[in-house]
Amino acid sequence: MNNISTGERLSNKKDTSWIADNIVTLIFVAFTLFGFLVSDGVTVNYFLTELSSRFFRNAFLVLSLIIPVVAGLGLNFGIVVGAMAGQVAIAIVRYFELGGYSGMALTFLLALPIAALFGYFTGALYNKTRGQEMIASLIVGFFANGIYQFLFLFVVGVIIKVPDTHPMIKPDGVGIRTTVDLVKVEEGGLKYALDSIMEIPFMWAVLVVAAAILALQIIRLARKKNTAVFTKNKKMMTILNSVICLVIIAISIFAIATDSGLMKVRKVPVVIGIFIIGLCVFNELILRTKLGQDFRSVGQSQHIAQVSGINVDRTRIIATIMSTVLAAWGQIMYLQNMGTLNTYGAHTQIGMFSVAALLVGGASTQKANIRHAILGTLLFNSMFIMSPEIGLSLFGNALLGEYFRTFMVYGVIGLALGLHVWRTNKKAKESLE
Amino acid sequence: MVEVKDKSKSFKEIINKIGLPTMIIGTFWIALLIMGGALGISMSTLMSDTLKRAGMNGILVLAMVPSIQSGTGPNFALPIGIVCGLFAIVLSIEFGFMGASWLFVSIALAIVFATILGYLYGKLLNAVKGSEMTIATYTGFSISAFMCLAWLMIPFTSTKMGWFMGNGLRETIQLDAVEGAQILSNFWRFAIGGENGLITVGGTKGLIIPTGMILIFLLCCALVWLYFRSKSGIAISAGGINPRFAQASGIEINRNRVKANILSTVLGAVGIIVYSQGYGYAQLYNAPLMMAFPAVAAVLIGGATASRAKVSHVIIGTIIFQGLLTTALPVANQLFEGTDLSEILRMVIQNGIILYALTQVKGGDK
Repeated sequence: MNNISTGERLSNKKDTSWIADNIVTLIFVAFTLFGFLVSDGVTVNYFLTELSSRFFRNAFLVLSLIIPVVAGLGLNFGIVVGAMAGQVAIAIVRYFELGGYSGMALTFLLALPIAALFGYFTGALYNKTRGQEMIASLIVGFFANGIYQFLFLFVVGVIIKVPDTHPMIKPDGVGIRTTVDLVKVEEGGLKYALDSIMEIPFMWAVLVVAAAILALQIIRLARKKNTAVFTKNKKMMTILNSVICLVIIAISIFAIATDSGLMKVRKVPVVIGIFIIGLCVFNELILRTKLGQDFRSVGQSQHIAQVSGINVDRTRIIATIMSTVLAAWGQIMYLQNMGTLNTYGAHTQIGMFSVAALLVGGASTQKANIRHAILGTLLFNSMFIMSPEIGLSLFGNALLGEYFRTFMVYGVIGLALGLHVWRTNKKAKESLE
Repeated sequence: MVEVKDKSKSFKEIINKIGLPTMIIGTFWIALLIMGGALGISMSTLMSDTLKRAGMNGILVLAMVPSIQSGTGPNFALPIGIVCGLFAIVLSIEFGFMGASWLFVSIALAIVFATILGYLYGKLLNAVKGSEMTIATYTGFSISAFMCLAWLMIPFTSTKMGWFMGNGLRETIQLDAVEGAQILSNFWRFAIGGENGLITVGGTKGLIIPTGMILIFLLCCALVWLYFRSKSGIAISAGGINPRFAQASGIEINRNRVKANILSTVLGAVGIIVYSQGYGYAQLYNAPLMMAFPAVAAVLIGGATASRAKVSHVIIGTIIFQGLLTTALPVANQLFEGTDLSEILRMVIQNGIILYALTQVKGGDK
């Protein structure tokens, strides 16, 4: 929201309606509500349990996409490369059986240089493919997947000799198994190493988060009361948000007090929550530093940024490195929650799903913020949970829901990107005339 | 000294003429062939397989030429054409056609569907100028995902295509059932150096030439080549090279871009029919999803760029790329048993070459 220039803000008011701006988000809200209407198999408890565990798995990855968008690189499908770096770190730690809490910390540490190196190369590539970053980032994911498979299926075993008795290695001594058990953290593994540190009941978490947002809204209301930027529209939104927060707080207090069915929703991992909030704060704070300002100026016009003395290429590489490292960490959090490493499949869809989630939240190739990421993750995963149910109850075929889900992922990305380009082109034409 | 200088210059000229990617991949293929020969792998089998696979993929690669020439970039939305072709195959089976009539009905229907969808796709590309490649990729992905729903939901009744239980079509449909498997490949097929004599008509040993398939590929190539020498084709190329200049000369660029993409989609639809008959199966559901990328890679290996492509690039690129993949499998299996190196090789080369081509695209402001 912050990175729209004044000119754009003025022109926005004129010719774009609210519905056209949020069409993708609206489709998803309607779809989820429709799902609740037609399917009778889904209880609120089941839905919330699924949604919260999916949210905590994916939110970090989706948030890692924001910085490249601000820096004008578009949607970085190349976070797949970061995810691979995370998996390499996990594989190393798992191979030497360095599990436990310290092992988890080591995994994060190991992933940092690997992902930074990969990020540097990807960033350099984006600088060479200026104007085509998005398709390049998609292809670089496929390309890196080839290298990754070469490493894990061939180098491990043929070039680096490994004992074929190791539980991670295939019985013939060449390559890593398709699924690797990460072993519970109590037994010296990585499974649930972050989740198990502290867990609180779902409704308590909702209560805390709602209260925090309410406090934030009130502070904002108090501080910006008299500034001109704080328009009437925004004031309405703040008050509306506060009311919603109050309602949620009331519901959660009621649920906790009466110990209703909602208390049976699975507990939420506090540490992951703190990481997610930490990344939100980080994303906000970095935009206030010199580097963050550079990101924004490069994102708005590379030419002007260059002229004003910003090293454009370097800034873009830094943005890519940050995104890649964050994605690596996000993937580690994801996998410790899954408990098994799906060696050749876990990373392949990450880029596509995260981008789709961000777009569902209302982001575009030039505008993305935390609100888009969080809202998008919630809505996108709601669709994921509801699709098979809708397929089952409407057509008696859960497979149909699965295919529909894939269609929604690709369709959403295509639609959101297409609409954005179309509107940008139209605007450019109008201003020419 | 002077001589040496001249030599290096002419060497550079040769590289420039052939193109660096073509040189590297071609040399790699020849090295693999030599290695295969040393390991005792049958050359005639390798060559037969190369010809077969090149013939199967050729028209799909050819589909890249019109879209590249018109300036919309490689047709990453090839799955649009592919699902048109597959839908035509399925309909033709459903109507109960067999053998040659099955083939002709399939191709006729495919051309009709592909023309309609290609027109719409061309209109879409005109609306998203500047980001064609990204949007095309997702259009292709979306339509193959959408067709997954269609394969499952359209109430086909033919027993040759359905699951034994439940609704929907099978993932792979055997074309044997309609006498369609290898129908083109077996047409006038002959073998060179078989057991009896130099040329055996319909032979299965030695170097097998799938005449029918090669002929239809060459026919398509000739048609595209001729088209781009006609007035309409030259106008398309001109619009691709310099849109503003072409516009000033009175060429309707948007119409030409639509025309080129209709042609590309039609070629994709015909291409998948030729591919399926060569393979012996029609693959539905997720099979078309990633099919655009090998085709894009092949034309780039042949020497095309993201903005210029010729029919000769298609022929050279398809043979080198498919030859490399065909050769890599047995050689890698001989050298390192039990590893799937050829698939990895395909991924790295295919995507590496696309990335290389993207770095050569001029665009984006700085």
